Amino acid sequence: MKKVIPATIIFIIATSFALQQPGGAKAAIARGKTVYENVCLACHQPDGSGVPNMNPPLIKTKWVLGDKKALTKIVLKGLQGGEIDINGDKFHNPMPPQESTLTDQEIADVLTYVRNSFGNKASMVTAAEVKALRAKLK
Amino acid sequence: MKNTLFLACSLAIAATAFGSDSTKVKTHSTAEVTRDAAAITLPTGFRSVVVATDLGRARHLTVAANGDIFVKLEKLKDGKGIIRLHDANGDGKADATSGFGNYVGTGICIKNGYLYASSNSDVYRYKIDEKTGTVDIGSEQKIVTGLVDNNQHNSKSLALDNDGNIYVNIGAPSNCCQVNDRVKGSPGQDPCPILEKAGGIWQFKADKLNQSYAEGVRYATGLRNVVGLDWNNEVNELYVMQHGRDMLFQFYPELFTQKEGAENPAEELFRIKKGADCGWPYCYYDNGKQEKLLNPEYGGDRKKVDRCADKTKSIVQFPGHLAPNGLLFYTGNQFPAKYRNGAFIAFHGSWNRAPEPQAGFFVVFVPFKDGMPSGKWEVFADGFSGFTSGASTGQAKYRPCGLAQAPDGSLVISDDNNGTIWKVSYSK
Ligand code: HEC
Repeated sequence: MKKVIPATIIFIIATSFALQQPGGAKAAIARGKTVYENVCLACHQPDGSGVPNMNPPLIKTKWVLGDKKALTKIVLKGLQGGEIDINGDKFHNPMPPQESTLTDQEIADVLTYVRNSFGNKASMVTAAEVKALRAKLK
Repeated sequence: MKNTLFLACSLAIAATAFGSDSTKVKTHSTAEVTRDAAAITLPTGFRSVVVATDLGRARHLTVAANGDIFVKLEKLKDGKGIIRLHDANGDGKADATSGFGNYVGTGICIKNGYLYASSNSDVYRYKIDEKTGTVDIGSEQKIVTGLVDNNQHNSKSLALDNDGNIYVNIGAPSNCCQVNDRVKGSPGQDPCPILEKAGGIWQFKADKLNQSYAEGVRYATGLRNVVGLDWNNEVNELYVMQHGRDMLFQFYPELFTQKEGAENPAEELFRIKKGADCGWPYCYYDNGKQEKLLNPEYGGDRKKVDRCADKTKSIVQFPGHLAPNGLLFYTGNQFPAKYRNGAFIAFHGSWNRAPEPQAGFFVVFVPFKDGMPSGKWEVFADGFSGFTSGASTGQAKYRPCGLAQAPDGSLVISDDNNGTIWKVSYSK
């Protein structure tokens, strides 16, 4: 009995987090897939494997699986090119900033999709988190 | 029985899943290749020998009169950026490998007793004894310095003419000179400020030290990114292969279908006269309309020609995004007559065709007469990628990059994925 209570609490917390994304994780991933196809796929490729020396892979990298704020910042503000290093390999293209083209919800969805595709497994990113970071980076 | 079948199936599934997973995370530079496994397909009568493997990111290459091959690397190997391959017994395979130069880069060529090589911002030269292939490393001189290197399109390819000049490509660190590079909806800058120091070919003196923009001449402009270029000695003129812009479908789906985005714009071969303006970023060559048209970032609608009417026209157009990285005019006598004075082009293979199948990863031939194309282009060497269709660029086994002609008239090809070098020869 004692064990059930914390479990229930965790369940409630978990669901309430999920509910911050309209329609829950599944719907977020489905919406995120569309954003990925429209905006990210050209460079990071359909299977997330990237392009050698040009665009890095999105498969189990420390950025994709790591700190959500650092990850969200990459999508909002972009990168110059040559900033990411994966086993000594650098990438020549820039990563275009998406702050003027994608909404908080779209960024949350696409990152939730990326963090749960191509063999990745990580928590969701919510629109509220993107919104807070966007305001902070202004 | 049922159980065994089930087990076999799940093993197969597990193996496939694991197999594709490991391909994805594998870094391309550590792939192992057995020496003779790297078979490529060639026209009847031609054969290839693998000269060397595992050099890493082998970009352009050049061959000395004694047959030694010099390869420029874009990632140091054992601390060296230039690799010399020597074949002692004449079987085509390198028996002795040595290196020098502690900088990465793409360009390399030999002319009049000097070996020229580039980093991504400078050009160096060394005295070379072509009879023995010996390079005087201590004679290193920096002849060009301070060229734009902003990561994107930073290869500095080299060609020399017969009047003491060296030509250096300076690629534009940009897709189409938008205010915000590669951001959908961001307008094109007009005029494009990048063109002052990049997006063209610069001419320098081959023997003067420490030249930069002030000492050089902007020989041609409006070229987004050239990696393959060559001086054609038959007509004494420069020829360059431009990498066309990306993202037409992604940014303008109302003008280009997914398939049209993969096929456009053309990758173009230009014959360059001093002062040429080939049109980037204002213009692109539309493979569907077969015309140079105004880029949508500058108000183009796939119909307007506008200022593009006066730009230098290309002499051959190829399908989009194939990434021409090497250009060589063949002057040897070993290959059949039709190849003489024609152009070989090494295509690195595409990435901006996704989700349409990637393409390229081959070496093509264009027959020439009097400095102009005299027939259709054809695939000469193929099979580099190791897949027929549908795979991602990162799964390509080899990616053709550089081309050179050996003194015996063989064609030498480099791959910058694994660092494989092939020597292609012909016998009846
Ligand atoms: C124009 C090509 C391009 C597009 C479009 C693009 N990226 Fe990138 N991305 C890059 C490049 C290049 C880098 C590395 C830049 C550097 O090293 O400075 C990068 C880096 C990243 C990284 C961090 C490195 C890694 O591999 O984990 C993430 C995460 C990422 N991109 C996600 C996205 C997402 C999500 C989208 C779509 C919203 C997107 N990118 C769109 C080219 C692109």
